[in-house]
Amino acid sequence: MTAISLPALAPAYPEIWLAIATMALLMFGVFRGDGSTRLVSWLAVAILAVTMALVTCLPTAQQTTFEGLFVVDGFARFAKILILLGSAFAVILSLGFIRYERMERFEYPVLILLASIGMLMMVSANDLIALYLGIELQSLSLYVMAAFKRDSSRATEAGLKYFVLGALSSGMLLYGCSMIYGFTGSTSFPLIAQSLSAALTGGGQASIGLVIGIVFLSAGLAFKVSAVPFHMWTPDVYEGAPTPVTAFFAVAPKVAAMTLFVRALLSPFGEIVGEWQQIVIVISALSMILGAFAAIAQTNIKRLMAYSSIGHVGYALVGLAAGTEEGVRGILIYLAIYLAMNVGTFACILAMRQKDQMVEGVQDLAGLSKTHPGMALLLAAFMFSLAGVPPLAGFFGKFYIFMAAINAHLYTLAVIGVLSSVVGAYYYLRIIKIMYFDDAAEPLAKPVRGELGAVMTVTGLFTILFFVLPGPLLAAAETAARALFP
Amino acid sequence: MSSMPLLSIVTFLPLVGAAFILLARGPDEITARNARSVALWTTTITFLVSLLIWLNFDNTTASFQFVEKTDWIGAGINYHMGVDGISMLFVILTTFLMPLCILASWDAIGTRVKEYMIAFLVMETLMIGVFCALDLVLFYLFFEAGLIPMFLIIGIWGGKRRIYASFKFFLYTLLGSVLMLLAILYMYFTAGTTDIPSLMKTGLFSGTAQIWLWLAFFASFAVKMPMWPVHTWLPDAHVEAPTAGSVILAGVLLKMGGYGFLRFSLPMFPLASEYFAPFVFALSVIAIVYTSLVALMQEDMKKLIAYSSVAHMGFVTMGIFALNTQGIEGAIFQMLSHGIVSGALFLCVGVVYDRLHTREIARYGGLASNMPKYALVFMLFTMANVGLPGTGGFVGELLTLVGAFQANTWVALIATTGVILSAAYALWLYRRVVFGELNKDDVKAMLDMNPREIATFAPLVILALWMGIYPAPFLDVLAVSVQNLLDQHQTALAAAKAVATAAR
Repeated sequence: MTAISLPALAPAYPEIWLAIATMALLMFGVFRGDGSTRLVSWLAVAILAVTMALVTCLPTAQQTTFEGLFVVDGFARFAKILILLGSAFAVILSLGFIRYERMERFEYPVLILLASIGMLMMVSANDLIALYLGIELQSLSLYVMAAFKRDSSRATEAGLKYFVLGALSSGMLLYGCSMIYGFTGSTSFPLIAQSLSAALTGGGQASIGLVIGIVFLSAGLAFKVSAVPFHMWTPDVYEGAPTPVTAFFAVAPKVAAMTLFVRALLSPFGEIVGEWQQIVIVISALSMILGAFAAIAQTNIKRLMAYSSIGHVGYALVGLAAGTEEGVRGILIYLAIYLAMNVGTFACILAMRQKDQMVEGVQDLAGLSKTHPGMALLLAAFMFSLAGVPPLAGFFGKFYIFMAAINAHLYTLAVIGVLSSVVGAYYYLRIIKIMYFDDAAEPLAKPVRGELGAVMTVTGLFTILFFVLPGPLLAAAETAARALFP
Repeated sequence: MSSMPLLSIVTFLPLVGAAFILLARGPDEITARNARSVALWTTTITFLVSLLIWLNFDNTTASFQFVEKTDWIGAGINYHMGVDGISMLFVILTTFLMPLCILASWDAIGTRVKEYMIAFLVMETLMIGVFCALDLVLFYLFFEAGLIPMFLIIGIWGGKRRIYASFKFFLYTLLGSVLMLLAILYMYFTAGTTDIPSLMKTGLFSGTAQIWLWLAFFASFAVKMPMWPVHTWLPDAHVEAPTAGSVILAGVLLKMGGYGFLRFSLPMFPLASEYFAPFVFALSVIAIVYTSLVALMQEDMKKLIAYSSVAHMGFVTMGIFALNTQGIEGAIFQMLSHGIVSGALFLCVGVVYDRLHTREIARYGGLASNMPKYALVFMLFTMANVGLPGTGGFVGELLTLVGAFQANTWVALIATTGVILSAAYALWLYRRVVFGELNKDDVKAMLDMNPREIATFAPLVILALWMGIYPAPFLDVLAVSVQNLLDQHQTALAAAKAVATAAR
């Protein structure tokens, strides 16, 4: 009788720990009731911190397990740390909000943890099935979170819309996967790559069916990163969902989906860059342009941030369009900086309350520089950074993205990118104008709450002072990017 | 002295002052007063320290001096600072104008004084950084970051249409610069470094690449300069900016464009510079003649001076692309003297604006009788603006015209009419404001300049005359660097010609 041999679990320790701890936390919450939400939230942050520590302890070399379904390499490590940071920030940002808005239910942090497991799985997916499992675990948690404020019709509408469109995109993704499986005979990324290179060696071409599969796969993934023309859900969901949920949506799932996009295209289809590059170029250019122009007319700051995020996804996709190691490095740097800027901006948005009520209008920021000079300064820094003005961090993100584009001779895309960044600068400047040049209408309530203030300050300092010591992040991203190009 | 990082000290000293102001707490009244004095002290000390650069400057070498180099981003992008004969005087010009700007804003700025002083000190750091940076990325960082404080200065403390003006200023300049960023990335990709001295070595870029790179840099510098037809942001920005903001704009920011041409376009893309010289000539003479005519028709004092700035910058671009010693030395000299003179003219406008709160020319008249000191100062700078011999303006205009005459007689001929036109608009402005009958009651009630204002103008008067009467100390600084620039340019052209002949 042969002993049942377990696969090597070591590479998946962070995920295993996170899953077990999440379930324990769920039990804990059930026994203690909704009164313990604050404690549960901090425990969730602690769990995420431990997971982060486990991720950093993983060996640097590439490792696979579960019959090659699950891969850990430098790229995955970098992305996982970003995702865990984003989730932890999201939990912290929600603390004040859920109490004020009477959303205080312990499931909230637990759902964030469940989504995080899904995202970690996405990043480590080395197989189409594993990819789909990760995406679905993440998406199901996100659908629930979008509609978490059950009594609000806006939130439930957002949740439903997100669910219906998400299901559609999953369908497209699955269809693409089945085509790819049909034409290569495998769902595993390395095996797909092998059969592709075997087909290509005789001077052959990738079969048309495979290309159609890639198109559907890309469409599904473009939906997840909210790239044009699959972006329609983003503004509605961002606006409708409770603000801390929006803050979460804007950061961690974006990072996860983006890194998954990179791996799913480069790892199995790295040899036929030419076949999918044009798709990525088009969606990237459209996202940058739409993100820049559509945001101009927005009056709701969450909607504005939705269009802003569409634009930023466009910039990140420029790196993928390059299809090179530099491009991937650019994406990783961009995502890390984007995380800091967005978390900080949403901390500022969450601090916007007038007389015990949340406000979301851009005009409600009027005169902020007089009533809350510190917060105005930080928000101005985030806006200049999102616009990509040096010496703030956002500039370096764009710098490395465009460097990759130039090196890959994508001159037109780079020119479109920088020109749309000028258009985009207009609406970021408008927020600064409202804060600094306009007179206060009704001042926001004072003072900014403890956790929000701390998050704002930390991300703000990172954004402002990044140029002093950019080396460590750049080096880490470079190592991570190399993992995809052995 | 060589062991001290003098340039970094001068560059970042204003930031230290800004940090002090930022951290100060207390009642508004007291923080405002403290902010003013801290800013004045900081800028004065910065100026004095920057004089050490000039004192220790070696006029006999064309290589970069006071060089500092440390690792920054890595992979060929370093923190690299240094000055040569072309950039050194711009650093001094910046540090010289700053204390005067602070003095000029002493009473004029009453709201948010703390933020105002911080913005100006940050601005000073960034402007000095632009002229000292010897790495393209570092240069771009300083160059672009300067938009942020200037945007806020115009937008918060500006006039009625400040919001329109600040947006126009920011977006116009950004649009020009982003293309330069792409060019910088391309150069980094081709040469593997962004180190300016290494990139100056000729022959790095092919002829076609040079054309595109030159155009991308041109987009940025032409807007900054500003050259016709992308000058339209300047009158708006000048009119709406507070007085000191206008001084900085005219005195220093505009010079970044000319400096950029000299530092990048000529040495790095010699073939393209030669190729595009006629194009630049055409734009320059149009700027000189057209904007002078426009200036004649202005009702607003600041707008008039703004258009005259565009015309004067036309002389600068013409001189630079004459590509000979006189032209380039004249262009640099013209930029320096224009920095002093136009800065002083904006301060002159500021003096009467502080009293009457209007810049409309027709509202004034007859100031000679009740403000004699002011009339004298204003006359001196009007003459300097016209380019009367004995003032700084004359030397620069003469040299650029001589340079242009060697390169293209027609260009020089048309540009000379600009000199006449400049006399027309400047003297007419002076006549309408200072002479005539003193028949308006509120104008009659205006007091002559107070000691603070006299203290602001005194250094400017001295310098404007010094530059006109004895320009040698300034020209000596330039000479070797300019000669070296031209020699390299000739070598590059000869090399390209040799290659072309060999290919045939």
